[in-house]
Amino acid sequence: MSLLETRGLTRSFGGLTAVDKVDFAVEPGEIRAVIGPNGAGKTTFVNLISGRIAPQTGRILFAGEDITALPAFRRVRKGIAYTFQITSIFGNLPVHENVALAARAGKGNATECLTRVGLETRSGQVAGTLAYGHQRLLEVAMGLALKPRLLILDEPTQGLSDGEIAGFVKLVRAIASETTVLLIEHNMPVVMELAERITVMHRGSVLAEGTPAAIRADPQVQSVYLGTA
Amino acid sequence: MKGDGARIALLHGAVLALLFLAQFVAGDYVQLSLTRIMVLAIYAMGYNLLYGYTGLLSLGHAMFFATGLYVAAIGTTRIGLGVPEVFLLAIAIGALVSLAIGGLALRASGVAFMIVTLMFSQAAFLTILYFGEYTRGDEGIVIADSIRRFGFLGMTVDLASATLRYNLALALLAIAMGVCLAIVRSPLGHVLIAIRENESRATMLGYDVTRYKLFAVVVSGTLSATAGAAYALMFAYAGSTLASIQYSIHPLLWTLLGGAATVLGPLAGTAVMYAVVDIASGFTTANLLAVGVVLILLVLFFRKGLLGTVRQRWLPWLP
Repeated sequence: MSLLETRGLTRSFGGLTAVDKVDFAVEPGEIRAVIGPNGAGKTTFVNLISGRIAPQTGRILFAGEDITALPAFRRVRKGIAYTFQITSIFGNLPVHENVALAARAGKGNATECLTRVGLETRSGQVAGTLAYGHQRLLEVAMGLALKPRLLILDEPTQGLSDGEIAGFVKLVRAIASETTVLLIEHNMPVVMELAERITVMHRGSVLAEGTPAAIRADPQVQSVYLGTA
Repeated sequence: MKGDGARIALLHGAVLALLFLAQFVAGDYVQLSLTRIMVLAIYAMGYNLLYGYTGLLSLGHAMFFATGLYVAAIGTTRIGLGVPEVFLLAIAIGALVSLAIGGLALRASGVAFMIVTLMFSQAAFLTILYFGEYTRGDEGIVIADSIRRFGFLGMTVDLASATLRYNLALALLAIAMGVCLAIVRSPLGHVLIAIRENESRATMLGYDVTRYKLFAVVVSGTLSATAGAAYALMFAYAGSTLASIQYSIHPLLWTLLGGAATVLGPLAGTAVMYAVVDIASGFTTANLLAVGVVLILLVLFFRKGLLGTVRQRWLPWLP
């Protein structure tokens, strides 16, 4: 049974169909990347999965259970953790409190999660004063503290330096040993290095799906996305 | 963290102890003023729980205050209930009213929430005037001293006694302070703060944000109604002025002045503002001018209020 499955998922805004009848499945334990050019509908798609917006038609199944009608907070409790594309932390609260809020909700261990992302020495610092890269790591620590079955990372490397990205890749790989990761990402080297399978979205639909090697070789993907048309 | 608990208990205990001792040195007038301040501070503390900690700005808390006020006044003078019964009834009705209003108003957020609470409160105010036959409108209801003298657990209680009133107000203040401390220091209080800081993040941590907000409205409204009932019973009066918009703005100003999201802030803010108005009234009828000056100074120098500034500069552990 797939961990996450969508069937005919559709959402439009006015005349624009951002997500158009998407059938999609993620297997337990995998690292899946969703890629696509700007405006392909990736963020709308994960917002539908996390419950931040409601679909017009279609269904979402999580571990076999229909969660289409569940509000976002209930989906989180079922094990779908979402880290925001635009960093969203409790900027005025200490780092440790940020993670503790997540840990209490998800029964995780705050200190352990901070250590895993390497922020344990900054636990007393006010989160808003952290460097940007560290704020992204804090987001991931909050996601981990929820003890999710599916961790959605929405463009996690956006705005990070090359050195930070290398550390991030290592971290995601470690996380993937115990939970399923759904990665929405722009940075192709990161995707090629991390993902076991890649789903390519284009104009709201799934254009192709396969291993990184297969995606790289796909002429259709190359024409719309990699820019070799 | 353990050390914090002891320090917090010590500080708040010391404030209550000082207030207890104040009655032995204060003259009649100051004692009466302090009694009023303590009752109104309970109202402000309730307000602060919603505004300071949860980040929901209500412009309609006078309706909760007035709920307690009028349940107490009408219950004793028209229905003939005893003072203890009517006090408990006022608290219960206060809880129900805030549950109902909260359930409706929380469908809105941000500015819309402010407007909806203001609207409900104005509706309540106009209702009080409309049913002038029962509420006696802005003339108000006076609760006779004979009603305020009653037997309780074998003792005779006389609410016209200044000393008894003072100590009852102090006891209620201590309870309200205990409730606020218990809530804001609990995991639940941390979630309320999280909602204030970043609501969508709190939702995406799996918290049912609407239920937490409703809880905050109910506790806040119930404390306000409790203060209203105590006010009517202790000072023998309920009038529509106390349900007007002015009384929705008061707790906001007291909270801002004393320090939003500090447990002692509303008490400090109420006391300072009361004193400013009182002293200014001795010199001029334009005493609101003094209030204005205080607010300007607040905005210029103490944006976080008195105790908010103290916490920022010196006592980071202050709850």
